[in-house]
Amino acid sequence: MSAILVLDDITVSFDGFKALNKLYLAIDEGELRSIIGPNGAGKTTMMDVVTGKTRPDLGKPLFRQEIDLSRMREAEIAQIGIGRKFQKPTVFEKLTVHENFELSLRGKRDIWHALRAKLSGEQRDKVTELVTTVGLRGQENRIAGELSHGQKQWLEIGMLLAQDPQVLLLDEPVAGMTDAETEKTAELFLSLKGKHTLVVVEHDMDFIARLGGKVTVMAEGRVLAEGTLDEVKADDRVVEVYLGR
Amino acid sequence: MREGPLFKSLGRNGQIALALFSFLALVLVPLLRLLPESAALYPSDYTVTWLGKIMCYMILALALDLVWGLTGILSLGHGAFFALGGYMFGMYLMRSIGHDGVYKSDLPDFMVFLDWKEYPWFWNGTQHFLWALLLVILVPGLLAFVFGFFAFRSRIKGVYFSIITQALTYAAMLLFFRNETGFGGNNGFTDFKRILGFDITSGAMRTTLFMLSAGLLLGSLLGSLWLARSRFGRILTAIRDAESRLQFCGYDTLWYKLSIWTISAVLAGIAGALFVPQVGIINPSEMSAANSIEVAIWVAVGGRGTLIGPLLGAGVVNMGKSWLTANFPNLWLYALGGLFILVTIFLPNGIVGLASTLRKRLGNTGAHK
Repeated sequence: MSAILVLDDITVSFDGFKALNKLYLAIDEGELRSIIGPNGAGKTTMMDVVTGKTRPDLGKPLFRQEIDLSRMREAEIAQIGIGRKFQKPTVFEKLTVHENFELSLRGKRDIWHALRAKLSGEQRDKVTELVTTVGLRGQENRIAGELSHGQKQWLEIGMLLAQDPQVLLLDEPVAGMTDAETEKTAELFLSLKGKHTLVVVEHDMDFIARLGGKVTVMAEGRVLAEGTLDEVKADDRVVEVYLGR
Repeated sequence: MREGPLFKSLGRNGQIALALFSFLALVLVPLLRLLPESAALYPSDYTVTWLGKIMCYMILALALDLVWGLTGILSLGHGAFFALGGYMFGMYLMRSIGHDGVYKSDLPDFMVFLDWKEYPWFWNGTQHFLWALLLVILVPGLLAFVFGFFAFRSRIKGVYFSIITQALTYAAMLLFFRNETGFGGNNGFTDFKRILGFDITSGAMRTTLFMLSAGLLLGSLLGSLWLARSRFGRILTAIRDAESRLQFCGYDTLWYKLSIWTISAVLAGIAGALFVPQVGIINPSEMSAANSIEVAIWVAVGGRGTLIGPLLGAGVVNMGKSWLTANFPNLWLYALGGLFILVTIFLPNGIVGLASTLRKRLGNTGAHK
């Protein structure tokens, strides 16, 4: 299998503090990778670098081995197929659920198109399908700001799917969800694996265990350990960063 | 959904209000103006000019609402675009004075006074009505485009953006205060005589300008409603509420912000161009920082993001201003400041918000009976 995303020795510093310190990470196409690590390990900064929000001081984030993401704007990166879910659920609060999906659907993004655009029958079907997938059927005309925390999380995941990205970066997707919602999310992610590449940052170890797959442990801006969840749990260095000496 | 024919989407009350306004402004008032001046129902020159002026302010408020209410970009410098539009048309008005100025010269009086022998280069062509109209659109539009491009590309947002727009209008005011700039210094332009050969003070001209203001108001309101109800409008709302989410959805928000910003500035400029022949003067005080803040107050009072609200806000505040400045001239600024504080605390959604709250309350009590 070939790597779809490679972070090649990335360094990012903020006022001398190295948020990422020669981080090397390679994600294979179609895999479901979990990333864990204590607060301040650089997990969110890593996603910022991949999505163009933060420029690396050193190193390159490469998509499909040849596209240098550090030279592109956020919107371009999204258009080539990298989607992102924020740590805090971020949806268009004053628009309806349906309209949130409308803006996220894959398609043209230019102004001329936006002035005349109407949803085609096919696109409406797609919205219905996605709304059903994320359990928001019947809520289409509600204002997104009125949804519960868990529903907003799902709406954002649904909006991500609407873009049909090749790579999904998910920052704490189950934070604030009930156990039942968490289980549904795990099922959803497992069903996406293979067709999409998923990178999940989470603190919820039960959720990570449910996802299976490879786990990367980050600490102080670099990779500390990599392997199955049981392997990394048995690693002394990992135990040390989590529990302290 | 919110798609569908624009007129239908206005709802019954909206349609009635729009039809009523069109009838009053474009049919009834012009007809009444045909009555003899002594008739009781004859609207005086003063009245139609005053209403025309307020309608220009309404268009300015609408322009600000497109960027502030819809897109979340608070401009405290829209007075600069309004005044620039006014100055551009003012150049044409100055040249139409011909030899009828105090000095009977080819040049406007202020240039004679400065001992200039010829027009500065940028006055070239301004004797042509159409060229002046083009400048009315191009100059505020170009300034907004360039200013907006650098500001939005540098991701200047929120209060920082508002502050630099204040600086923009203040800088423009200082520039226009200088006699050497070529726009009449602190006196600006005044003593206009005619438009397209017709006497600017004649009753027919007053009526025409009034109708043009009403027509522009109507057109820009419908255009803005159409924009707001298109996907473009929903994208603007999305920029206001979660710009980074939208970028990660693949939208380059720079161009969306820049286009609505430029459209808004052009609209403000056109309003200014209609304002100047009605009030008969344009000077740099129109670009004062306080003036632009006042526009934001109109929008806040009416209800931002509603498009209709800012028109009501501009109308109510300016009518109040006319009354107060006539009767208690010293109180105006206190009243304005107090109004702003009251609206911010008690009416976050302005007059429009108050109306819908009242309607809900009345509806609820009705349901209990």
